[in-house]
Amino acid sequence: MKKKITLTKYTRSSFLTYGLVIVAYVILQAMVLTGSISSSLKGMLVPICAYVVMAVSLNLTVGVLGELSLGHAGFMSVGAFTGVIAAIALEGIIPVGWLRLVIAMAVGAAFAAVAGFLIGIPVLRLKGDYLAIVTLAFGEIIKSVLNNFYVGMDSDGLHFSLLSDRTGLAEGGRMIVNGPMGITGITKLSTFTAGFVLVMLTLFIVFNLVSSRSGRAIKSIRDNRIAAESVGINVTKYRLMAFVTSAALAGAAGPLFAMNYSNIIANKFDFNTSILILVFVVLGGLGNMLGSIIAAAALTILPEALRQFADYRMLIYAIVLILVMLITNNPTLAAWSDVIREKLRGALRKDRASAAKGGDGHE
Amino acid sequence: MKHTNMKKMIALALATIMLVALCACGGGSSEPEAEASAEAFKLGGTGPLTGGAAIYGNAAKNGAQIAVDEINAQGGIQFELKYEDDANDAEKAVNAYNSLKDWGMQISLGSVTSTPANATSAEGFTDRIFSLTPSASAPTVIEGKDNMFQMCFLDYPTQGGASAQYISDMALGEKIGIIWKNDEDYSTGLRNSFVDKAAELGLNIVAESTFTEGNNDFSVQLTEMQNAGVDVVFLPMYYQPASLIFAQADAMGYAPKWFGVDGMDGILAMEGFDPTLAEGVMLLTPFNADSTDEATQAFVAKYQELYNDIPNQFAADAYDCVYAYKQALEAAGATPDMTAEQLNDLMIEQFTSMSFDGLTGTGMTWDSTGAVSKSAHGMVIQDGAYAGLD
Repeated sequence: MKKKITLTKYTRSSFLTYGLVIVAYVILQAMVLTGSISSSLKGMLVPICAYVVMAVSLNLTVGVLGELSLGHAGFMSVGAFTGVIAAIALEGIIPVGWLRLVIAMAVGAAFAAVAGFLIGIPVLRLKGDYLAIVTLAFGEIIKSVLNNFYVGMDSDGLHFSLLSDRTGLAEGGRMIVNGPMGITGITKLSTFTAGFVLVMLTLFIVFNLVSSRSGRAIKSIRDNRIAAESVGINVTKYRLMAFVTSAALAGAAGPLFAMNYSNIIANKFDFNTSILILVFVVLGGLGNMLGSIIAAAALTILPEALRQFADYRMLIYAIVLILVMLITNNPTLAAWSDVIREKLRGALRKDRASAAKGGDGHE
Repeated sequence: MKHTNMKKMIALALATIMLVALCACGGGSSEPEAEASAEAFKLGGTGPLTGGAAIYGNAAKNGAQIAVDEINAQGGIQFELKYEDDANDAEKAVNAYNSLKDWGMQISLGSVTSTPANATSAEGFTDRIFSLTPSASAPTVIEGKDNMFQMCFLDYPTQGGASAQYISDMALGEKIGIIWKNDEDYSTGLRNSFVDKAAELGLNIVAESTFTEGNNDFSVQLTEMQNAGVDVVFLPMYYQPASLIFAQADAMGYAPKWFGVDGMDGILAMEGFDPTLAEGVMLLTPFNADSTDEATQAFVAKYQELYNDIPNQFAADAYDCVYAYKQALEAAGATPDMTAEQLNDLMIEQFTSMSFDGLTGTGMTWDSTGAVSKSAHGMVIQDGAYAGLD
C-alpha cells in the first residue's frame, strides 16, 4: 500500500467542480453583501441553484444510467408541493425559518423518492423510447393530480380532498393547496446559501454514487446491459438506485424553488420545464456534472440578459442555443480545444482538462 | 466528409449572420427608451407580451401607452412607461419585476394576469413599491398587502356572483349548465363563486363539465349539456377555449344561451374566428367599446388608429390606471425625484381617499384592502359588436 494519496482522474474532476461552485458562491455572496449585484441577477440566484440541482440529478438518469427521462419536473413538483405543505403545517411548531426549509426539502425528497420508486418499478422494465414516453406521461399525471388536489389546515390538523374542495375547514382554518390556484401566501424561506448547500450536497451524493462500486455497475448497465447481466449485476436494483436518487434530489430542489416565490402552481412543472432541464443536461454534456451546472446557470440568465431585445429575445435565445450545440459538437473545434488543453496541461502540470471531457465517451 | 464540413460551416456562418442582424434590429427598437428624462415618473409593469395570454398583456401595454402619451403631451406630470414580458409565469414575472427595479421603477402597474401578479405583488409589498394592477383579479393579489391596489373588480367574490345574480334577475333560463377549466385558477375561482351564489338564489344547475389546458375537442362537454337539457351555459373562461366551444356547438346544432365573463372579451378580435358564432353571447364587463361616452370614443378611435384593433377591457383598465396615477400624484403634490418608498406612502393615502372617473366606471373608490368598487355592465354580442344589455 502506498502512503501517498493519488487522486484518480474522476476525483480530480469532481474536486474541480466543488471548487468552482464554492468560488462562484463566494464571489456572488460578496456581491450580494456589498450590494454591487443587480436586482435582476440577485433574484435569479435561488432559481439557478434549483435548476442546477435539477440538471445534475437528471444527468444521473440520462448521462450515467443512460435512460431518457422526460418527466423530471414531475418529481420536482411532488417535492415542491409536499415540502411546502410541510413547511406551512409546521409554521406554528417550528419558528426557525431555515430549519423549516431543511425539513421541507427533506420531506420533498422523501416523497419524490417514493414516487420515483413506485414509478420506477413499472418504468424500468422498459427501455429507450418507451421509458421516455412513460416518464412523460408520469409528469402529466402528477400535474393533473396536483391541479385537483385540495389541502387545508385547521385546529384539527390537515384535511385532504381530491377533485373538489371538500376539506370543510373549521373557523380560522387555512387553505394550503387550492386546486389549480396552487399554494399562495408562501413565506419566502429560500436563500442563496440554502441553495448553495443543496447544490454541494447534490454534487457530493452524485459524485460519490458514480465513483462507487454501485456507480460502476450503473455505468456498465448503460454501456452494455446484456454483458452487465451476464456477469451477475442485478440490473433492476442498480437502475432503480440511480432513478430513485435522481428523483429524490429533484424532490429536494422543489421546495427550494417554490419557497423563493410567494405562490406556486402545478402547471409550472409541465412538459416544458422537463424539456428545459433536459436541454441543460444535453448542452452541458451527458455525464458531465460541471457542464450541467454551467449550462443551467447560463441558460437561466440568458433570457433575462436578452430582455433589452424585447420581442426578438426568444429568437435570439433559440439561435444562441443552436449555435452552442453546433459549436460544442463541432469536430474541428473539439480538435482545437484538445490541442489547447494539451498545452495547458503541459504548462500547469496539473490535469485540469478532464472535467470538460468527462462525458464525451457515449451518446 | 469535406462536403459535410462545408455544410456545417455554411450553417454556422448563416446562423451568425442572423444573430448579428437580430441584435442590430433589437438594439434599434430599444434605443428610444434610453432617452430618459429625469423629470418623469418611472412607471413599470409586467404582462404576458408573448405566449397564450399575449392578447391581454399587449392590450394593457397599449392602453397604458396611449394614456402616457396623452398625459405627457399635456405637460405637467410626465410618465415614462416600461412593460416587461412575463409570459404568464410567476418565475418570469419576478425576473421581469427585478429588471424593472434595476431600471429604477418608482410606481408599478403590477402584473396583468393573476398568477404572475401573486408573485410580483409579494415582491412589491416587501420592496415598498406601490402597485395598481389593471386586471389581475385574484383576491390573493391584494390580500394582506397594504400597497397593492386593483383597477378591475375581484373575480371570485364579485364577478361569478354577479353573473349568477344577473341570470336569476333576468330569468334567462330554467336549467343552467357550466363548462369550466379545472386546471386554471381564473376559471375555477369564477365557477366556485357562481355555484355558491346560485345555491343562494335557488338557481337550478343541472350539469357541470370540465376540461383542462390543451383541450381542443368539446363534444363530450357539449353533449352532456345538451342531454341535460341545459338552456343557459355559463362559461367562466378566457376567449380561446370559448371560441372553440361556440364553433363546435354550432356544428352540432346546439344553441343554448351563452353567458360569459370578462376573460371572453377579445373573442371578436381573435384571428380566424367567425363573429357570427358568438352572436347573442352575454357577458359581464365593466368596459364597453361601443359606448357613446366621449372619452371612450376618443380612446377607441386612438387605439384603432395606432394598433388597428378594438380595445378590450384590459386596455381600458390600464388606461384608467395611468390616469388614476396622474390624479393621485397631482393631489399628493408628488415629484419625480421622490423615492419609490416615499411615493408608496403618498399613493396609499391618496388612493384610499380619492374618487376617480374613468372609462371603466365613474365614482370609483378604493378601500384599504386595495379592492375597487365599481359596477359591471351586462353586454351582449350583436352583429359582431358589443351592445349594452341594460
